[in-house]
Amino acid sequence: MITQHDQPLLIAEGLSKNYGARIGCRDVSLAVHPGEVLAVVGESGSGKSTLLGVLSTELAPSAGRVSYRMRDGRMADLASLGAAERRLLMRTDWGFVRQNPAEGLRMAVSAGGNVGERLMAVGWRHYGNIRAEALDWLAKVEIAGDRIDDDPRAFSGGMRQRLQIARNLVTRPRLVFMDEPTGGLDVSVQARLLDLIRGLVAELGLAVVIVTHDLAVARLLSHRMVVMRHGRVIETGITDQVLDDPREPYTQLLVSSVLAA
Amino acid sequence: MNAPLLATGTTSTTGAMPEIRYNFAYLDEQTKRMIRRAILKAIAIPGYQVPFAAREMPMPYGWGTGGVQVTAAVLGPDDVLKVIDQGADDTTNAVAIRGFFEKTARVATTTVTTQATVIQTRHRIPETALSENQILVYQVPIPEPLRFLEPRETETRQLHALAEYGLMHVKLYEDIARHGHIATTYAYPVEVAGRYVMDPSPIPKFDNPKMDDCPALQLFGAGREKRIYAIPPHTRVRSLDFEDHPFKVQRFAKPCALCAATGVYLDEVILDDRGGRMFVCSDTDYCNTRQAQGHVGELGVPGGGFPQNAVMPGRNSGIHDVPPSHPVQDVDPRVKPGDDGISGGTPPAGMTREGTI
Repeated sequence: MITQHDQPLLIAEGLSKNYGARIGCRDVSLAVHPGEVLAVVGESGSGKSTLLGVLSTELAPSAGRVSYRMRDGRMADLASLGAAERRLLMRTDWGFVRQNPAEGLRMAVSAGGNVGERLMAVGWRHYGNIRAEALDWLAKVEIAGDRIDDDPRAFSGGMRQRLQIARNLVTRPRLVFMDEPTGGLDVSVQARLLDLIRGLVAELGLAVVIVTHDLAVARLLSHRMVVMRHGRVIETGITDQVLDDPREPYTQLLVSSVLAA
Repeated sequence: MNAPLLATGTTSTTGAMPEIRYNFAYLDEQTKRMIRRAILKAIAIPGYQVPFAAREMPMPYGWGTGGVQVTAAVLGPDDVLKVIDQGADDTTNAVAIRGFFEKTARVATTTVTTQATVIQTRHRIPETALSENQILVYQVPIPEPLRFLEPRETETRQLHALAEYGLMHVKLYEDIARHGHIATTYAYPVEVAGRYVMDPSPIPKFDNPKMDDCPALQLFGAGREKRIYAIPPHTRVRSLDFEDHPFKVQRFAKPCALCAATGVYLDEVILDDRGGRMFVCSDTDYCNTRQAQGHVGELGVPGGGFPQNAVMPGRNSGIHDVPPSHPVQDVDPRVKPGDDGISGGTPPAGMTREGTI
């Protein structure tokens, strides 16, 4: 018997995105299941971020479609949703963690306000409750409660990134997009952040689409991975399988390019 | 509203100085028509900011060009005009605009709130209750309530269109987080008719309750930003708040020093350089009327006027959460270096922070 849990959460079919004559991504098809972490890897300019933008409806695809299983179980074509419905989806059921936390956070608003924004957007109007929930989430991402009224400008890069994660997860989304969440962080901070993400993903049963050029990140977090080159998906499979036994010459090159410490 | 068409810029043949004649209320008829269309649309969609082709006016931006254009568009020859600036009829902005319409529209002017049919105001609502025969025209520096949180105009329009007003509460949240209470005391955001969130122009939040179910038509004009919005008569206007931090207006510890009025908005007047001060009605018409009726405050003299020992004040409000009445009019007082749009600070002596009227 197929339960809802076995059915994909997000399905992309034949997705292409052109920037004029240039190709962003071409003919990408993939599926993300509930609770599954899918890594999209490839070198710079291979179309990873474009693909993420198209999947998350931030960019309109030139061809193909993306469908998403709504909370009521029906599969909806994202292009057919109205703007209001799509935005509601983005701030309740989805999260988007960006590489640069300054883009994903409101830098002039306190940490508590950043975490509380989504709650207020879905109708929370009790200050005490919003604050309690924000404190709870700050604790989950290992930010001390006494920093709740500091704004993110006073935070280190790692803290900003953790704050961004809390801000996204506070409405208990089912699907989170991450664009190089550990990019630009030093190695020890990166390791702690990865640990945290891994814990939260397991605890909340999140589905994640994570874009990274760092194969170690993909190895640590993801269940399955997609290798992209020149806008196309050239190889997909279970993470360990792809990394340990790459089939495509380009993937072999990518894997062998990783420096061992 | 049937304005006589006069030739604009005709010169007389006699005399050294050319006589300049203006079209009724300065603007040409087509412009007034365009503005009236915008006003009608604004009334039809309460709280919605209607773009309009604001004209250059013979005064700088920030001195009420938006309000003046709205007034010009609604003014008829039989109207009686009152202009107030921070509640006062005798400050620069009020005198200049009153003179402008006396000259260009030859309408009767008054300082008495009850006699006026059109009241143009900067940053106050008169204390005397308005009636259905009156139009209140506000001068608005920045019409977009979400501006300081979301700088992109395309995005704020989206937020209004989809009624996504969570962001407005983020501002109030920040106030409570920083100051322990909602420290926004002017330009306090309101929800109009259950739909659009609106910036009521920098009136003190003390005046917000007067907008609710007001029998007069309220029109808002922003000249530089080229927006008009409106609150039709008897419309529900609700100030945003939290369940556990409900909206409250300022309350003053003492009555007006000149007319002993309570439950009105007071200005602080510095009396000397040794800390002497008094609090007087911001609404000069209201204060004068009460003094004429024989009410005398602790520093008042029977028959009205300022006390003998007082330096003639510049009616500088001194209360720093009220938009200052220095001559840089309408420049939004929220924009201060190092200030991200969230007001705050300690209340001056004589004024308590919260409470109801």
